[in-house]
Amino acid sequence: MSEVKEIAEIPYFTVTLSIRRFDPEKSEEASWEEFKVEMHSTDRVLDALHKIKWEQDGSLTFRRSCAHGVCGSDAVRINGRNRLACKTLIKDLDINSTITVEPIKGLPVEKDLVVDMNPFYQAYKDINPFLVANDKPEKERLQSPEDRARFDDTTKCILCAACTTSCPVFWTDGQYFGPAAIVNAHRFIFDSRDDQADLRLDILNDREGVWRCRTTFNCTEACPRGIEVTKAIAEVKQAILRGKP
Amino acid sequence: MSVVPAGTLYRGKVGMWSWVLHRVSGVAIFFFLLVHVLDTALVRVSPEAYDIVIQSYKTPIIGLAELGLVGAILFHGLNGVRIILVDFWSKGTRYQNAMFWIVLVLAVGITAYFTPGHLERILEF
Repeated sequence: MSEVKEIAEIPYFTVTLSIRRFDPEKSEEASWEEFKVEMHSTDRVLDALHKIKWEQDGSLTFRRSCAHGVCGSDAVRINGRNRLACKTLIKDLDINSTITVEPIKGLPVEKDLVVDMNPFYQAYKDINPFLVANDKPEKERLQSPEDRARFDDTTKCILCAACTTSCPVFWTDGQYFGPAAIVNAHRFIFDSRDDQADLRLDILNDREGVWRCRTTFNCTEACPRGIEVTKAIAEVKQAILRGKP
Repeated sequence: MSVVPAGTLYRGKVGMWSWVLHRVSGVAIFFFLLVHVLDTALVRVSPEAYDIVIQSYKTPIIGLAELGLVGAILFHGLNGVRIILVDFWSKGTRYQNAMFWIVLVLAVGITAYFTPGHLERILEF
């Protein structure tokens, strides 16, 4: 019996979270608020946010849906870097000092950790993120494994905005398409079944298109799906210069 | 509850800081070039005035700033090559981190190579 208990016991510790709070109905200024929570080594930052919301302050506002790193709802800035709260284990952070949690940068904050994602989605819509084929489909469109591998990396995007809001160019120039839109354009530009690469390359060959990229690699480092974002952007730049994918 | 006025600085890695350094060194070089074009153009206006201006640069502070200029140009130029490789070499994005440190070592190393001789000239002022 005691052996079973030993296995079941998970180490726990107390951590302090400093959360960037903003409520436009109370104050025009955002401020930091500290919370102490008891967490297990298996817990993620999202679990800490839940615990605070459920047990300490029900007004804490944040987005989450699947809570397993697929839906892309809970991108926040943890200890200064964009991460998914549901994929960041607290034990992997420095638990002896305060963990900071802030909304992602460059998009208007609506409340606490919730930002207005519309400018982000608009840039995504602007690159026509859907397959456009000129011929009539009589049967499925076949593709060789090599052709499929060409854009495999960029199919992984979950539109969490961690990359776009880690980009220094996007912070100061909200008109910039941003890494996520370029990644999703890349996914179709290099798809052998797609016939609209020219149009997409033309859209991104803009003042606010790929040429805004300053290769800071913040996006690649922030992507929770491990997409080599800067590499994808560089490939789109080269495709524009070539005039074809 | 503690209140801090602003959000934190984004904790970007080597890529972000190399971009910041590139921008800062670029702006610094621009101001040098601006002054350099103006003082050189002065020779067409009045050779005597040109001599006076150039003579006025012979101070230890300008001398040290010249070392900074060598460092800034070396970093900016070499990092420019790194950025070209990131954009055009298929493996550039994977090796950007290592390339940054190579750039930094080269820029600091070559500046250090120039330093002793330059300091001797400064001491002669």
